[in-house]
Amino acid sequence: MIKIEKLHKSYPIGKESIHVLKGIDLHIKEGEFVSIMGSSGSGKSTLLNIVGLLDIHDEGNYYLNGELIKDMNEKKAAILRNKFLGFVFQSFNLISYKTALENVALPLYYKGVNRKDRLGIAMDYLEKVGLKEWANHLPNELSGGQKQRVAIARALVTKPKVVLADEPTGALDSTTTDSVMDLLKEINDEGMTVFVITHEEEVAAQTKRIVRLKDGIIVSDELTKNTKQASHV
Amino acid sequence: MFDIDRWREIFQSINKNRLRSVLSGFTVTFAILLFTLLFGIGKGLQNTFKEEFAGDATNSIYIWSNFTTIAYKGNQVGKRIQFKNDDFTFLKEKFSTEIQTISPRIQRGVEVVYKSEKGAYSLRGVYPEYQILESAEIIDGRFLNTKDIYEKSKVVAIGKLVEKDLFGQLSALGKQIKIGGIMYQVIGVFTDPGGDNDERFIYTPFTTMQRLYGNTDNLDEFGITYNPNLSIDAAIAFGVKMQRALKDKYNVSPEDQRAIGLNNYASGNREVTNMMVGLGILIFIIGFGTLIAGVVGISNIMVYVVNERTKELGIRKAVGATPKDIVAMILQEAVFITTISGYFGLLLGVGILKYAGPSLEKYFILNPSVSTPVVVGATITLIIAGIIAGYLPAKRAARIKPVIALSAD
Repeated sequence: MIKIEKLHKSYPIGKESIHVLKGIDLHIKEGEFVSIMGSSGSGKSTLLNIVGLLDIHDEGNYYLNGELIKDMNEKKAAILRNKFLGFVFQSFNLISYKTALENVALPLYYKGVNRKDRLGIAMDYLEKVGLKEWANHLPNELSGGQKQRVAIARALVTKPKVVLADEPTGALDSTTTDSVMDLLKEINDEGMTVFVITHEEEVAAQTKRIVRLKDGIIVSDELTKNTKQASHV
Repeated sequence: MFDIDRWREIFQSINKNRLRSVLSGFTVTFAILLFTLLFGIGKGLQNTFKEEFAGDATNSIYIWSNFTTIAYKGNQVGKRIQFKNDDFTFLKEKFSTEIQTISPRIQRGVEVVYKSEKGAYSLRGVYPEYQILESAEIIDGRFLNTKDIYEKSKVVAIGKLVEKDLFGQLSALGKQIKIGGIMYQVIGVFTDPGGDNDERFIYTPFTTMQRLYGNTDNLDEFGITYNPNLSIDAAIAFGVKMQRALKDKYNVSPEDQRAIGLNNYASGNREVTNMMVGLGILIFIIGFGTLIAGVVGISNIMVYVVNERTKELGIRKAVGATPKDIVAMILQEAVFITTISGYFGLLLGVGILKYAGPSLEKYFILNPSVSTPVVVGATITLIIAGIIAGYLPAKRAARIKPVIALSAD
């Protein structure tokens, strides 16, 4: 699903440039539940942005769903994002003046789905994340956990191939963290590829594969006991 | 392309961000309002100038005689120069191409009596042509004619206010009134754009007056309209030439400014024309300045709006909006707000002009109004400015990588 070969990325800061990713090789197959661990500055967010087509890489190859990502223009990237990727952000990134339902329906608007259909689909997904009753509330009327579940519903609504979650629990307390992680697990169980970035061990432990990043290179890549249990079952 | 979904997005965005929308609209409303008021007031000033000159024919020249102030060719200081009937023929023949109409005039203060009503008025003995000089308009009956002159008839055309004073609501036409002890028949009533004073005159045939008051061939002054084909400079020169000719005829020093007086409307016309041009330039500069200020205002607000929305735009891009979607959304919103608020400013401006217009007359502002093309032009300018002002930041916002937009908190 996601195949990365010798990926490099640098950011110019003033006249200097910081080499953030120093040759990453990573292969994520369909249906995997992967977490990227690393302290801040390890390059994990940069990796997610590149994988999410929110940013472009300098060197190396990146294949998304078998397609080589190269010479991406904004329009092509937008279409691919809309088609293949769903995003969940640490700060939720809901549009403040739209209701939960409208926020979830937004990706469908850009996909060209008509209003009636997209509100119907969005409602189904809100129900799936358990927030049907909150459909007509604005984001600031929701708790952090609820907001993140809305964001997850929004990520799922276009039926993407991969859900990318950047510190999805970073702004949540431990109870809500668990409920959000349970939701992500559930999604993964349904066959969705889930790609989580986190610096919390407890969160990473709930995924099936942990990739540890340090100073722009992968230092370890191992399956967790969840996978082993799953494979035993 | 009408896209109901996009409109819905825009209405929601405008409606849910009312303060922002109202503020950006306010700039435009204010610019158009100022523009409308300014142009309206400018137009009002121009109307006033036009009106001031509407009292008399704009190509009038009046020429009269007085006492000499410089001794010359045997004439002592203080000699009274007196125009005679032959001066009429003299001028008419000497300046036949320059003169359009000419009428001699005698004027006396008289007491006028009708039944129990009486009043003091100015009686003017003139030729029928004098009607043109005064721009008088007959509202009842007729003005003097050549036959009256020839027969020295005791008839008068009276101003509207004379009729009102002496006859109240009744018609004066055909009635006999006593002027300075002599009975005259009213043959006409006129109105005069020159105002109240001009509507208190009584006109009688020049010949009648000359015979009844003094029985001489003396006259007070000439009213002339010059050939309208003359340029303003030529008309001014013509006035001076005429004055010079009469000075020669009566042995008046060329330097004597008083013995033969001249009032040439052409010089006034030139001043008014220059003033109108000056006023026009002033209005244009201020109006243009207002528009520029409006454009700058919109640009600033658009930059601010796009900055404020950077994060929202980043989210939209992350969920699949193309740069084109972003630019189109921002522009459509900008144009919509600009159009609505521009129209609002226009209505407000026109309303204020209409409401306050009448009370501005004492400040020399008459019928302030704006022509539709001017205001529509201004609004379109602002809309285009809104598009340009919105396009650049929108384009930039659409180019920002979503990752940067999203990290902007």
